[in-house]
Amino acid sequence: MTSAMQTPAIEVAGLVKAYDGTVVLDGLDLAVETGSVLALLGPNGAGKTTLVQILSTLLPSDGGSARVGGHDVATEAEQVRRLIGVTGQSTALDDLLTGRENLALMADLCRLGRDVGRQKVSELLDRFELSGDADRPASTYSGGMRRKLDLAMTLVGDPSILFLDEPTTGLDPRSRRAVWQLIRDLSRDGITVLLTTQYLEEADHLAHRIAVLDKGGIVAEGTPAELKRLVPGGHVRLQLPDAAALEVAAGSFPRATRDDADLVLQVPSDGGAGSLRSLLDELDRIGIEPDELSVHLPDLDDVFLALTGPKQTQGS
Amino acid sequence: MSSLSIAMHDSTTMTRRSLRRLARYPSMTVILVGMPVVFLLLFVYVFGQTLGAGLGYGLSGREAYADYIAPGVLVITIAAAAQGTAISVAMDMAAGLIARFRIMPITRSAVLTGHAVTAFVQTLGSVLLVLLVALLVGFRPTAGPIGWLGALGLLALFTIALTWFSVAIGLFAKTVESASNIPMFLVLLPFLSSGFVPTDTLPTALRWFAEYEPFTPVIETLRGLLLGSVEMRQAVLAVGWSLAITLGSFLWARSLFERRPTRT
Repeated sequence: MTSAMQTPAIEVAGLVKAYDGTVVLDGLDLAVETGSVLALLGPNGAGKTTLVQILSTLLPSDGGSARVGGHDVATEAEQVRRLIGVTGQSTALDDLLTGRENLALMADLCRLGRDVGRQKVSELLDRFELSGDADRPASTYSGGMRRKLDLAMTLVGDPSILFLDEPTTGLDPRSRRAVWQLIRDLSRDGITVLLTTQYLEEADHLAHRIAVLDKGGIVAEGTPAELKRLVPGGHVRLQLPDAAALEVAAGSFPRATRDDADLVLQVPSDGGAGSLRSLLDELDRIGIEPDELSVHLPDLDDVFLALTGPKQTQGS
Repeated sequence: MSSLSIAMHDSTTMTRRSLRRLARYPSMTVILVGMPVVFLLLFVYVFGQTLGAGLGYGLSGREAYADYIAPGVLVITIAAAAQGTAISVAMDMAAGLIARFRIMPITRSAVLTGHAVTAFVQTLGSVLLVLLVALLVGFRPTAGPIGWLGALGLLALFTIALTWFSVAIGLFAKTVESASNIPMFLVLLPFLSSGFVPTDTLPTALRWFAEYEPFTPVIETLRGLLLGSVEMRQAVLAVGWSLAITLGSFLWARSLFERRPTRT
């Protein structure tokens, strides 16, 4: 167990996958620490689902290596399957069966035995707040309930590594929050989670680390805060008391953009403590006391747009 | 658990699932049984008098024609059910659930076995139902216990063959629509055999085809078992075809399931 703690739960090196000559994954490298949540962020077609399919032994790769829980996904698929749980984009449940029967099916396939299986099923129904609808066919469930049942089915086998491929796509905000809370709880239980998403807010909320996937490779990786600092556009917004103060301050910060109508000065900044300190020192020196000071970091939307997709000319 | 008992456990679980699905979606079964029943009524009550007159072999009339076509209609029942099996396999493969099964540490072929066993139960049930209707509309088999046993055995054997064939078709088809269309020829083949008219009344090319296609020996042997004497050559051919189709289809289905990791 101790050695398992040191090796990453997921280790990918130089992974290559092509479909009919179209390269989907192009030498991808990635590591996910045991017990952490990594969000894989990328536009449609970036290869997120393909990566999840390879890591979950559904698809063979064309090159490179991928290890999950220390086992090679190509040669030790059986061992990998014992460790993982996957919830894909399309909900994987049997519409003709009831919620309870769906979970019981998983319990049977995990060979939990009659009593343990039953207990597990009712436990999960409670946890996912599905007990009241347990005996209705899954076809009558709402989108949020289906996703919850899907996730519950994935958890029947007690996976230690969880792949969630766009787990909240198509959900209303309320159901999305509910799924987020479930994922947070799972992470608290020590489960390693690899989550793919197009929602930056989701990555920001749930992930310890974010990897940005574009054109088959990781183009940036780090904590949400680290990623935000990668992109220019951060600034400190100074709300000044009057036009005179704005004039003085603007003279002191030549790179700033001023807004005479609103008496606002935007000073470019990375938002770090050092640059803030020197900004405050400078304000002190020139004797200006702004009414309001706020730090604006680029949000992940800016990061996403700057790092992925067609190269855009950097605006002013 | 040994790998054999694991395979048994997984296959039983999957069969239970498929049977449950069958029970929840009965309209498909009703349609599948309905078609051969309609054929039977049509051929006995509409065409029966005229076609019965031309049977030859000293037979004539509606009752004689009912006797003549009953084995063919029973085989059509199997073929029609096969179409339903292909559809339900294709529908299942298109759903995300199969991807879930594939990445669980379970016996790979269990989900196919579940479909095949369920289809077998469904088909044999349909065959018995159609047999009952045939008896009601004038089918008068003369078989003793041995003949009946042999007939049911052959029906079961041929059902297994077409079941695995349709499982393979369901996997092979890229859409549910094509899974529904491809097995159409299975329902047509009994008409191009000795099922409804004696083959010697057919034009040469068609006669040649009818005499060599697998449905003819199966229908001939069934007819022999239920109504008179069995021709050994036809019986061997019927069993041989059934076993060959079963083996070939099983291997085909398994390799299709292994080779095609996802539908998307």
